[in-house]
Amino acid sequence: MAWFHNLSATEQFLLVSAIKIVCVFCVVMPAVAYSVLAERKISAMIQDRLGPNRVGPGGLWQPLADGVKTFLKEDFVPAHVRKAYFWLAPMVSMTPALLVLAVIPFGSNLGGEPMVIADLNVGILYTFGIVSLGVYGIVLAGYASNSKYPFLGGIRSSAQMISYEIAMGMSVIPVFLIVGDLNLSKVIEYQYQHGWLILYAPLSFVIFVIAAFAETNRLPFDLPESEQELVGGYHTEYSSMKFALFFMGEYANMIAASAMMVTLFLGGWTLPVAGLNRPAESIPMGLAQMVIFMAKVAVLMGLFIWVRWMWPRFRYDQLMDLGWRRFLPLALANILATALWLWMVA
Amino acid sequence: MDPSKSQLMQYVPVLMLAVVAVLFSAGTLAASSLLGKRARRSAVKDTAYECGMLPVGEGNTRLSIKFYLVAMLFILFDIEVVFLYPWAVNFKGMIREQPGLIFGSMAGFMVVLFIGYIYALKKGAFDWKQ
Repeated sequence: MAWFHNLSATEQFLLVSAIKIVCVFCVVMPAVAYSVLAERKISAMIQDRLGPNRVGPGGLWQPLADGVKTFLKEDFVPAHVRKAYFWLAPMVSMTPALLVLAVIPFGSNLGGEPMVIADLNVGILYTFGIVSLGVYGIVLAGYASNSKYPFLGGIRSSAQMISYEIAMGMSVIPVFLIVGDLNLSKVIEYQYQHGWLILYAPLSFVIFVIAAFAETNRLPFDLPESEQELVGGYHTEYSSMKFALFFMGEYANMIAASAMMVTLFLGGWTLPVAGLNRPAESIPMGLAQMVIFMAKVAVLMGLFIWVRWMWPRFRYDQLMDLGWRRFLPLALANILATALWLWMVA
Repeated sequence: MDPSKSQLMQYVPVLMLAVVAVLFSAGTLAASSLLGKRARRSAVKDTAYECGMLPVGEGNTRLSIKFYLVAMLFILFDIEVVFLYPWAVNFKGMIREQPGLIFGSMAGFMVVLFIGYIYALKKGAFDWKQ
């Protein structure tokens, strides 16, 4: 380790950041692939089927086979599309999902090094900024396809995502009223000192979860790609890896949304047992806390999948009604109520 | 000074992640177009997919004015949300000394906004049934 200490502080910082980014990538990408498999397996269980079981023991290598398959598929770009945007759209829908992960603290520390890629003091604002970019991928795909179903899917999804973004943005304000900081590490610090925020702001949690379903275009709000009406919605004209990027983007978004829920409401990497409720002092403890974080995210991913196979789809007017007429006033009232409560306590 | 504490340096890892994420998505697309089967074209394959029917009219049709209304209302309310964030962060610090000021100012702001919300509601901006 002598060579490491010989580097300047800036060089060390950059090197450690690069290592963290590579590690996060190496965890998130398999997680995306295996949540697709989990989705297929759980849906099969719910529908009393077997699900994928041919590739490897119990279908364990299925994501690998799917990956190889999509790479080798015919890479077809129909003649009627707007070429540049058609290529750009899958990239635009995948990239923001990965960028959100930059501010999520996925562990306390390992040997004193904080387990977060960038500990920004405006963490949550950054997250919302990046999440809003996600809508461009879908709108671009709808526009670039120059075809009716994708166009309708793109338009629908843009209206849906911006509507629920307001509810989502408002639902977390009580959290910051209580914590008094936008930094996500500070949010977790508050939670291991005073208890999980879901206890203080249960209504915020409910609105946030439902809005997250709408933001990630998951059932019961998958209007942008409702198969029975729009074939595939915004990705109808896409094939091979370009389609797969939309697909991976959706799952990466789900992981990012689950990670946000865990960080904001469910205590992040903490667990109120066995001394795990404070920043780790040894490397095994630090690793254990990362495992706790991932386990919490996995449980929420299970929730995403479970809901998808249990609920019918909302109608479009019901969806807009819920967002604008129910959640917006409810979130406003929630902010005022939390502020009043804090005033009483103080 | 510790570089990880400086405001600007904190954004360098974000930038690095952005580069990695863009390279990943661009790389997979490039790899698939290199490795994938060469696309074969035919007149039928090049038409827009409409469940086997021949497409009629333009791909990008005209759309309901409702969507523009939603976009406008989004801008209004999203700006409100952005205004609420700094208030929320400073709330705990100020509630002890000047509770009336910090609570009253935001309550007034919300009342004005709520009147606007009621106006939009009564105008039928959120009415999707007709």
